[in-house]
Amino acid sequence: MALLKSNKVFYCLGNISPSLGVLSTRNSSWWGGVQMGPPDPILGVSEAFKKDTNPKKMNLGVGAYRDDQGKPFVLSCVRKAEAVITAKQMDKEYLGIVGLGEFTKSCAQLAFGADNEVLKSGRNITVQTISGTGSLRIGANFLSRFHGGPRDVYLPKPSWGNHTPIFRDAGMQLKAYRYYDPSTCGFDFKGALDDISKIPEQSVIMLHACAHNPTGVDPKPEQWKEISDIAKKRNLLVFFDMAYQGFASGDINRDAWAVRYFIEQGHNILLSQSFAKNMGLYGERVGGFTVVCNDAEEAKRVESQLKILIRPIYSNPPMNGARIAATILNTPDLHSLWLEEVHSMADRIIKMREQLAAGLKKEGSSQNWQHVIDQIGMFCFTGLKPEQVERLTKEFSVYMTKDGRISMAGVTSGNVGYLAHGIHAVTK
Amino acid sequence: MSVFCEVPQAAPVAVFKLSQDFNNDQFPNKVNLGVGAYRTDEGQPWVLPVVKKVEKIIVHDDRLNHEYLPILGLPEFRSSASKIVLGDDSPAIQENRVGAVQCLGGTGALKMGAEFLRRFYNGNNNTKTPVYVSAPTWENHNAVFANAGFDDVRPYKYWDGEKKGLDLPGFLGDLESCPEHSIFVLHACAHNPTGTDPTQEQWQQIADVMMRRQLFVFFDSAYQGFASGSLDKDAWAVRYFVSMGFEMFCAQSFSKNFGLYNERVGNLTIVARDADNLKRVLSQMEKIVRTTWSNPPSQGARIVANTLNSPELFTEWKDNVKTMANRVLLMRAQLKAKLQALGTPGTWDHITEQIGMFSFTGLNSKQVEYMVKERHIYLMASGRINMCGLTTKNIDYVAESIHETVTMVQ
Repeated sequence: MALLKSNKVFYCLGNISPSLGVLSTRNSSWWGGVQMGPPDPILGVSEAFKKDTNPKKMNLGVGAYRDDQGKPFVLSCVRKAEAVITAKQMDKEYLGIVGLGEFTKSCAQLAFGADNEVLKSGRNITVQTISGTGSLRIGANFLSRFHGGPRDVYLPKPSWGNHTPIFRDAGMQLKAYRYYDPSTCGFDFKGALDDISKIPEQSVIMLHACAHNPTGVDPKPEQWKEISDIAKKRNLLVFFDMAYQGFASGDINRDAWAVRYFIEQGHNILLSQSFAKNMGLYGERVGGFTVVCNDAEEAKRVESQLKILIRPIYSNPPMNGARIAATILNTPDLHSLWLEEVHSMADRIIKMREQLAAGLKKEGSSQNWQHVIDQIGMFCFTGLKPEQVERLTKEFSVYMTKDGRISMAGVTSGNVGYLAHGIHAVTK
Repeated sequence: MSVFCEVPQAAPVAVFKLSQDFNNDQFPNKVNLGVGAYRTDEGQPWVLPVVKKVEKIIVHDDRLNHEYLPILGLPEFRSSASKIVLGDDSPAIQENRVGAVQCLGGTGALKMGAEFLRRFYNGNNNTKTPVYVSAPTWENHNAVFANAGFDDVRPYKYWDGEKKGLDLPGFLGDLESCPEHSIFVLHACAHNPTGTDPTQEQWQQIADVMMRRQLFVFFDSAYQGFASGSLDKDAWAVRYFVSMGFEMFCAQSFSKNFGLYNERVGNLTIVARDADNLKRVLSQMEKIVRTTWSNPPSQGARIVANTLNSPELFTEWKDNVKTMANRVLLMRAQLKAKLQALGTPGTWDHITEQIGMFSFTGLNSKQVEYMVKERHIYLMASGRINMCGLTTKNIDYVAESIHETVTMVQ
């Protein structure tokens, strides 16, 4: 009774003074129980880096390419494509739910090769997505709704940190197969095959097409063949994440080899593609999601369901980046220029790897740093332990994630010597 | 044997199917009154002059690159977008309890808000909290909230088909009888699809009940400026609710008022009790964003931010917006006048009383079918027309068609 009375009192007060009425009977916010979300580990690295006043500081957390001056790099082919687009003065009408046709077509061609039988038969459906994350999310949602097999998605151990929450949010469950061997800083081939051979039939297995994130460790072609065989034997649904095509070896065909091999072997794969790194279009959010189906009729059905999935998330995708990517891919001289620029980005990374390994040798390190050269792509799993990472950060202002991962993109000819010195200091 | 051989063909989204059918129609005098995008009097899409200007500036600025935006979006965009709807002098902004998430269009903003509410509102992961959307409403509202995990998305009374106006008693009745803490999706202005907005006095009544019954306010603001031609006027309801002290969400779209449809520019404005609550809310929003699209696209946000933050460009933009709003108002006036001149059965005051891009003509589904099949005029089965599809060249044909339809088909 007293509570009822006090409700009335508050309501009356509310009439007199709206701001008091705000207090309501709960006298609190709707969000009183909302916890502070855990800080993003990689963002945290960048924040701390920003605050550091050491002139020699290095940010090796960043997952974006930097040139040899440590600056963001806008590709010439991108600037040229932008000029072409601006001159055309196009309208800004909504794209269809599945995105820009010229983009999705060339996106699929890039992955599979223009002559691929999949494209010729029209048995793929490729939709434009919000970069790689958006692609994975659509894929996860699609699996959650339509995959009749187990709810488990098998990720390599370790995998990109965001894979897990993406699939989980979509209602899938996560499991792992052995992948990285910390004793060799290389591929645990035996462990991987062993684990994969035990995965229940029809489960989903995620494979990094090239430049594995975070380890930089990729299977060799003969190893891919065996993985394909066993995945086939186990009737697994293969989901490729290809975020670095061209960026890994410098050669777009070489980097897509695993994807194309699996298709050849009869896997009807799912594929996520990102153009964030290989075209430097990070903030424009350019990506693609592909389902390889049995035939064109099935592809049409799958497409119709993908539309139903996409519409309540963001209706239709952003034009700008897709238009740039499509212009580059479909204009012969821009396409060639792009291949050159991708090659030079990959080359710079490879050179930094060589210089880092050489620098460590020069410092007198007795450790084996071969993995720095053997690993591929933007990231290098140094093998540094958390305590060593902490020292590297505290004493040398070198910022990286606790797992020992460094972004080679943050290394330049100007600072590679300093980095070698620091790593040697904490590991000798 | 494919994993996907059981996947059924889904029905196409109606509004896009309509456009497709229109495109395939060979009739020379066909008219598209379907999808909601502005058209000039020549029936052409219109890239706002201020947008063209700003795009040129952006493309020639060598200091700009394509790096990732922060997870929550471009800071200059988020703050200026929130200011636009809440007002420069908003006390809530001054009290540091307003935050924002840059999203993929208005849809994306609704999505983020819905996902957050499902996780954290009215308990944790309470999928049973009823979400009320107006009857009728934009068809995607239902899907956005259902897909975010809400089990119970229901209609609240809104459109009175008989009197062709707002069913206020029905609306208030639903507000009084719904479960406490229900979420209500309110159209800030230019209600889609009816074009019928509550008056200020009616908004006050709605707000009173919502405050007393502790209902959650979720505004959808897709047409600010586009409805009356005045940004402030179109934001009145949102600002009134803020002044009442609600904690609330407002999903904003810049698709229509900036003509930036395909760049997907949206903003979820969050008004919280205080800065501390806001901080925690934003930290959780980041988690949701990260697993959906990681970070939002930069082009559209840059265009809007540059415009809103430059006094000259801002003035030019307001002018462009007025141009669009005024053309719509002109078409409304002319359509009503022509129908009245033709002596078309029924009353047509609602054409000019309604506001924004859309008009609920009152045509029933049989009449709509006649319009499409016999007159090649494409409109939604609900009788909704996009006023922007009308031009000085086709308005006579449309008026005559409505006249013929209403006379021939009951």
